[in-house]
Amino acid sequence: MLIPHPLLGLRDSQEFTYLGDAALMNRPDPATPDAEAVFCDYVFLRDNPAGVHRELWFHEQGDRSWLVVTRDTTTHEILGAELASDVKGAAK
Amino acid sequence: MKFSGFKVVKEALTGHKGWTPLWRNPEPKPAYDIVIVGGGGHGLAAAYYLAKTFGKLNIAVLEKGWIGSGNAGRNTTIIRSNYLLPGNQPFYEFSMKLWENLEQDTNFNSMVSQRGIINLIHSDGQRDAYRRRGNAMMISDAGARLLSREQLKDMVPFLNFDNARFPIKGGLMQTRAGTARHDGVVWGYARGADMHGVDIIQNCEVTGFKIEDGRVLGLETSRGFIGAKKVGVSVAGSSSRVMAKAGMRLPIESHVLQAFVSEGLKPTIPGVITFGAGHFYVSQSDKGGLVFGGDIDGYNSYAQRGNLPVVEDVVEGGMALMPMIGRARLLRGWGGLLDMSMDGSPIIDKTHIDGLYLNAGWCYGGFKATPASGYAFAHLLATDTPHETATAFRMDRFNRGYVIDEKGVGAQPNLH
Repeated sequence: MLIPHPLLGLRDSQEFTYLGDAALMNRPDPATPDAEAVFCDYVFLRDNPAGVHRELWFHEQGDRSWLVVTRDTTTHEILGAELASDVKGAAK
Repeated sequence: MKFSGFKVVKEALTGHKGWTPLWRNPEPKPAYDIVIVGGGGHGLAAAYYLAKTFGKLNIAVLEKGWIGSGNAGRNTTIIRSNYLLPGNQPFYEFSMKLWENLEQDTNFNSMVSQRGIINLIHSDGQRDAYRRRGNAMMISDAGARLLSREQLKDMVPFLNFDNARFPIKGGLMQTRAGTARHDGVVWGYARGADMHGVDIIQNCEVTGFKIEDGRVLGLETSRGFIGAKKVGVSVAGSSSRVMAKAGMRLPIESHVLQAFVSEGLKPTIPGVITFGAGHFYVSQSDKGGLVFGGDIDGYNSYAQRGNLPVVEDVVEGGMALMPMIGRARLLRGWGGLLDMSMDGSPIIDKTHIDGLYLNAGWCYGGFKATPASGYAFAHLLATDTPHETATAFRMDRFNRGYVIDEKGVGAQPNLH
C-alpha cells in the first residue's frame, strides 16, 4: 500500500506503524463523573467497520508525523491522508 | 450411516452405491429454540455438543456461504495447549483432550495427528520464560518437555542452529500437540450435528436481529425471518459486523493473517516448529506441502487477502530458520480474517440482550480451540452458566480489569 503523505508524496506503508481508529484522537475528559466508563469504552471498544475507515498511521521511518489515513478495509484502497495535527486543529 | 472399516470394504465390493450425503440440506423452519449464527468449526461444534451432550432439540446453524468456507478453511491446522495464563491454559488443555477423542466421538476421520510442537529458544531469558510456561502446562496436565540444543539437533537437524542473530539454544516441546485436517473437523461436526437433528442452513446470511424489550426474538436473514428463543453468534472475523446489527460495539478489530503452502515434498518436518523471534512457523501437511505463516499484516482489514511486505517477512524468517526451504516452490498463499481482541484472548459470554450470546475474539488461535469453544458455547447456551474452563472469557473483563493478556502488550490488537 502506498500512503499519499500530504508533505512527502506517495510513501510505502512499510515506513509507517499502525495504531488504529482515528477516534483514538478524541481522548475523553477525565474530570467528568462518568469518566471511568467513558475511558473503558475509549480504550477497549472499536467501531471496526467493513468499508471506509479513518485510522492513525505514524511515519516512523520518515518525518515522524502522525497521519489520519482514510482507507477501505474491504479492498485496502487508500482514499486520502491528512496530517493528524491538521485534523485535530480543524476540530477545535 | 456409520463409518467403519467393514462399511468401506462392503462399499468397495458393491460399487460404492451405498454412500449417502453427510448432512441434509433442509429449508429453514419458521422458528427454532436455538440458532447458531456461523457455520464454521466453532458454530458447528457448538451445535453438535448442544444436541449430543446437552440433549437440546430444535437447533439450526445459519451460514452465509457454505460451511467451513471462512477461517475454518484458512488456518494452518495446528492444535496445541501450550499457553501460560490460568484463564487460558485449562481451556486449551480441555480442547486438547477433546481433540484426542474427537474422531471416536464424531465417528469421522478428522486426521488428528499428535506429531508435536517445538517452540524454539534463542536466549537464556527466553529459556526462563519457556520453563515457566512449561510448568504452567504441566500444572494443567498438558505435559511439556524442555529440549536442549543437542536434542534438537537429533530431532530437526535441518534447522540453522548458528544463525548470527537467533542461534538455537533449545526448545519447549508439547508432544501431544500436532495438526488436524481443517475441513475434516468441519465435516465431522456438521455430520454429527445433522445426525442429532440440527438443521444446517447454508447460503443464509443474517441481515438483522429482531430485538424487543431487551430480548432477542429472531433473525432477519437472506432466506426470510427465522424466530429463535436463543441466538449464539459464532462468526469470528466478522463479529463486529454482525453484532453491530444488534447495536453492539466490541473490544475487537478485524485483521488479516496470511498463510502459505509449498508444493508437496517427501516427509521432512516431523511436527510443528515455531520460530517466534523470526515471525515464522511451519509444519508439513499429510499431502507433503510445507504449511507456514508468520505475523498478521497489522492494519484493520476485511479483505481476506494481505500484502507483499508480510510475504517477504515470512519467507525471510523461513530462510533464516531452515535455509533448505528456499528450494521449495510456493504453491499458494491466502489470507483470513481475525477477530483481534484487546487482550489477545477470546470472549464466550452472554450479552446485555436476553437470549443473545457471543463467541468471538479468537485472534489467530481459533482452530485449536474449536472443540472446547463449541463445547463451552454449548454449555453457556444450554445452562446459562459458563463452562468451568471458560469462566475468564467474559466480555466485561476489560472494564473490570481482568484482561487475559498472554503477551502483555495492552489494548493494541495488532501487537497480540
